[in-house]
Amino acid sequence: MTDDQGYDLSQFKATYFEECAELLATAEETIARLQEGQGTDEDLNAVFRCVHSIKGGAGAFAFDDLVHFAHVFETALDHLRSGRAELTPHVADLMVRGNDILGDFVRAAQAETALPADHGADILAQLSALTGAKPTMAAPAPTASAMATTPTPPAFSTFRIRFVPSPDMLRTGNDPLLMLRELAGLGELEVVVDTGKLPSLTEMDALASYLSWTCTLTTGKGRAAIDEVFEFVAGDTAQIDIEELNDLPGDEEGDGWGLFAPLPSANASQDEEGDGWGLFGDAPGNNAAAASSVTTPVAKAHAVSTQQASPSQGGAVHTASIRVDLDKIDRLVNMVGELVITQAMLGQQASGFTVESHPELIQGLQELSHHTRELQESVMAIRAQPVKALFSKAPRLVRDLSSKLNKQARLVMSGENTEVDKTVIEQLSDPLTHLIRNALDHGLETPEERMAVGKPAEGTIHLAAEHRSGRIFIEIQDDGRGIDRQRVLAKAMEKGLVEPGQQLTDEQIDMLIFAPGFSTASEVSDVSGRGVGMDVVRKNIQDVGGRVVVQSTPGAGSRFILSLPLTLAVMDGMLIQVGGQRYVLPLTNIVESLRPSPQQARSLVDVGNVLTIRGEYINLLALHAIFGIPGAITDPTKGLVVIVETEGGERVGLLVDELLGQQQVVIKSLDSNFRPIHGISAATILGDGRVALILDVSALRQMGAVANAAQ
Amino acid sequence: MQNAAPPAETQTGSSRQFISFTIGDEEYGVDIMAIREIKGWTATTELPNTPEYMRGVINLRGAIVPIFDLRARFSGGRTQASPRHVIIVVSVHDRVIGILVDAVADIITITTADIQPVPELDHHVHSGFLTGLVTVDGRMVALLDLHQLFDSELIADATAAA
Repeated sequence: MTDDQGYDLSQFKATYFEECAELLATAEETIARLQEGQGTDEDLNAVFRCVHSIKGGAGAFAFDDLVHFAHVFETALDHLRSGRAELTPHVADLMVRGNDILGDFVRAAQAETALPADHGADILAQLSALTGAKPTMAAPAPTASAMATTPTPPAFSTFRIRFVPSPDMLRTGNDPLLMLRELAGLGELEVVVDTGKLPSLTEMDALASYLSWTCTLTTGKGRAAIDEVFEFVAGDTAQIDIEELNDLPGDEEGDGWGLFAPLPSANASQDEEGDGWGLFGDAPGNNAAAASSVTTPVAKAHAVSTQQASPSQGGAVHTASIRVDLDKIDRLVNMVGELVITQAMLGQQASGFTVESHPELIQGLQELSHHTRELQESVMAIRAQPVKALFSKAPRLVRDLSSKLNKQARLVMSGENTEVDKTVIEQLSDPLTHLIRNALDHGLETPEERMAVGKPAEGTIHLAAEHRSGRIFIEIQDDGRGIDRQRVLAKAMEKGLVEPGQQLTDEQIDMLIFAPGFSTASEVSDVSGRGVGMDVVRKNIQDVGGRVVVQSTPGAGSRFILSLPLTLAVMDGMLIQVGGQRYVLPLTNIVESLRPSPQQARSLVDVGNVLTIRGEYINLLALHAIFGIPGAITDPTKGLVVIVETEGGERVGLLVDELLGQQQVVIKSLDSNFRPIHGISAATILGDGRVALILDVSALRQMGAVANAAQ
Repeated sequence: MQNAAPPAETQTGSSRQFISFTIGDEEYGVDIMAIREIKGWTATTELPNTPEYMRGVINLRGAIVPIFDLRARFSGGRTQASPRHVIIVVSVHDRVIGILVDAVADIITITTADIQPVPELDHHVHSGFLTGLVTVDGRMVALLDLHQLFDSELIADATAAA
């Protein structure tokens, strides 16, 4: 091994294995598309690139078994994409299994264990047969063919830019500093300032520009991006000369390890390099390409994604990215949280000052607040990832399970690009797998049963993600038989979860499937029905501040709706006062607030207090009663009622003393040092350093119902 | 369990250090290695529907720290907390918690041989919370096992609430 030479390769290895995991997932997803017959040649190319990249890295670390298998796999793929072999359903299956074996080799290399010598030998033989070659057990040289197929190297160019603002430039509202900063954002920038025209201090006009600059910029974004920076000043307001220097240093990316996703083709704007200087605004297409490359989020940087990496498209997508340890980002997130608190504290201290008495202070605080929010959003964006990573496992799961269960199922996915915090994604993986299994196993009927009730033999499972009111909603919907409420209720009574004679609404019966230890499967299968299912699903989701709701129509199917916070760190809240206590209500829950008239607030036997609002009756919950807070306003007509919406979409009124104002709060867990409290989702620290509790509206509604029932 | 083996450095030469504090007339000791800091009483944010001895939470440099009233824990009623009361911040099972006591008395160094077992049938303290008794300058100091005291109740309450 290369370790003998004294290098510490472990760090590179870790990176490599991370890459491998992504590449394998991408390959699997793409193969699934091919298998369904929806794939294109580009998909084959994508799979090839994945396998190739895995092989390249494996070669560098001398994982010989891995290299060997990857090579045969890659060769087979090469035959397929060049049309020398045909992509039949059998071959597609072979690819799925090949990808699995490749994954086995990768994991074995990571765990530093050896797989049996004949591991995957049958697959290997079939893959070799595809190319007409005999399987060989000797590891071929990984590099020769590898280099030949490496996509066009990335286009890095160095430009010399001479930037001479006219003396009036500042008066036109253009600031050279901003442009230089923007240039620096494009790549590596060296700036030399020419102060030759600077007059003596007494003669200086504060509003005139005297400085000029010579910049050397190395960028992969091309000429068009530079032109864009000077778009508004070129010509009259400033003299801009851009010259491309051709003595480029060798591109560092071409290390041939294949560790990093192959970059797409050269920047289209390179074609212009011979056009000389001073051409501006002539290439809207290029500008658009450059602009799109700038806005491509860094988080998507593992650009093996098939749409982006297509070498045939001329789009210049150079996504510079680095891998960062999650701990470092978490530290950043925490610091931003502290900053938000400090900012709230300063705001509170300065609340006695007016704009008239302390204009700079007030303005400064407003800017601070603005910047803090922007900083926080940027930091959160670093952690955000598309749910695609989560959804990509679903097609495979559905395929495997439907054949195992003799069911026919079609998976429809939407909203895969919806972004959400990485932690949320990690926590969602198991629950989602379980819900999909559940939909297939318990939800969908067999083709015969479906035909008998007039449904198409093939069932549909719909997996969707979307952003709505500051949360992410993930839905798993099937068109199967729906929840059998009779059976659920009978089972719940048998398990003692429901008292005999207790009246439950359909909704309450449906929610029983989430009760601990509940499972209606009469026989335990290896697919689902171990009885640890749905309550674990609910717990996992609650752990990340989410909630799961089920809606079911007998005979027509069930729909599980997961609603989760986009981020686990900061949210907008409304500070309320009840008695001597302050609480935070999540702003996303609040619909409106009002002070009811005596006619509006009524007390009913049986249900407790109700509130009429625009002809509708809603439950009125008194926070002081639920939490036992002394000294609060008990008469709804003297306090304030905040109308809040629970996750299920139900509206309830919450009686509080008063609203103290809206602010951003940093979410702090209560159970890291204590334990969860019912009705409270988390805690936060207010500007004065005191702790305030964040209310969990849906839990409060349940508690209110219990409190009313007890009366 | 962690509590079975106190940190090695306090055990060398079979001598251990404790911080002793008072609640009313009684004196208790806590292993000094578990103690993170000692601070004066500050107002807490009360948590709804929690037992009497749970005084609420405070902000300790950005962390939410629960405060337990040890007098109330030992069924002596809630402490009338004033700024002269003391919160001892301890680390138990990777959790940071504060315990409210009347005053800190002393740092005591004792040899393990001096620790006497707790007699059975202690009338108002569940004896599982005490690891032993020592006599220091004629005063009796009851040594507390924080792990027992808080572990059992955190778990018990959590399951009760679920």
